[in-house]
Amino acid sequence: MPIVQISLALRELGIGDELLVEASDEAFLADVEAWAQMTGNELVELVDGEVKRATVRKTR
Amino acid sequence: MSTLCEASPAASTTSVAARKATYVVFSGDLDRQLMAFTLATAAAASGMQVTMFFTFWGVSVLRTPRRAKGKSLVERMFGWMIPSGPRALALSKLQFAGVGRWMMRRRMKQVGIASLDQLIETAEALGVRLLICDASMKLLGLRAEELRPSVQVAGAAGCVASTCDADVAMVI
Repeated sequence: MPIVQISLALRELGIGDELLVEASDEAFLADVEAWAQMTGNELVELVDGEVKRATVRKTR
Repeated sequence: MSTLCEASPAASTTSVAARKATYVVFSGDLDRQLMAFTLATAAAASGMQVTMFFTFWGVSVLRTPRRAKGKSLVERMFGWMIPSGPRALALSKLQFAGVGRWMMRRRMKQVGIASLDQLIETAEALGVRLLICDASMKLLGLRAEELRPSVQVAGAAGCVASTCDADVAMVI
């Protein structure tokens, strides 16, 4: 699940670091938005397409 | 999107940290266990404090190949009859004596869905608290040393306390 992997990857990063994530899941963009809302991390950019991209900034 | 996160960072930080989810897992069906662990890992990844309380047939998933010595005949019989570990669980539908499970596993791999083994390991890595019902262990003759090391034994009161305290509680 992409959000689980994002959450594990963010552990290795510092506050203010950004993570670019690519996923093919149909629900990815909706999921990453819900995840950002829940965790309070910031969504810098969302790009739709066959490969969906999200840039996440660690804020906490 | 960013406005949402920036609106009240302090407030959201505190409320998110306090949110709790408790899943009471009664079923030993593979499909239900997959759903329980998928929700639990998603909730933990979303910053929630997650507890899973395993009772009755749900406890099978926590068994390892280790077997304790000194069990009674009835306890050993239960040990033979109930599945041992995530790979031994059966689907609630389309099981077809194991063919359905095999097809489901293959399909999950093809479409990139984590296996139950992987989900459990992820749950542990994310700090999901795994509690096992004391009474179910006694009934089915299970010993703590036969279970995954991350599992803690709890009673009904522990389950009640955990569900009372939770923002989300469900029985699966």
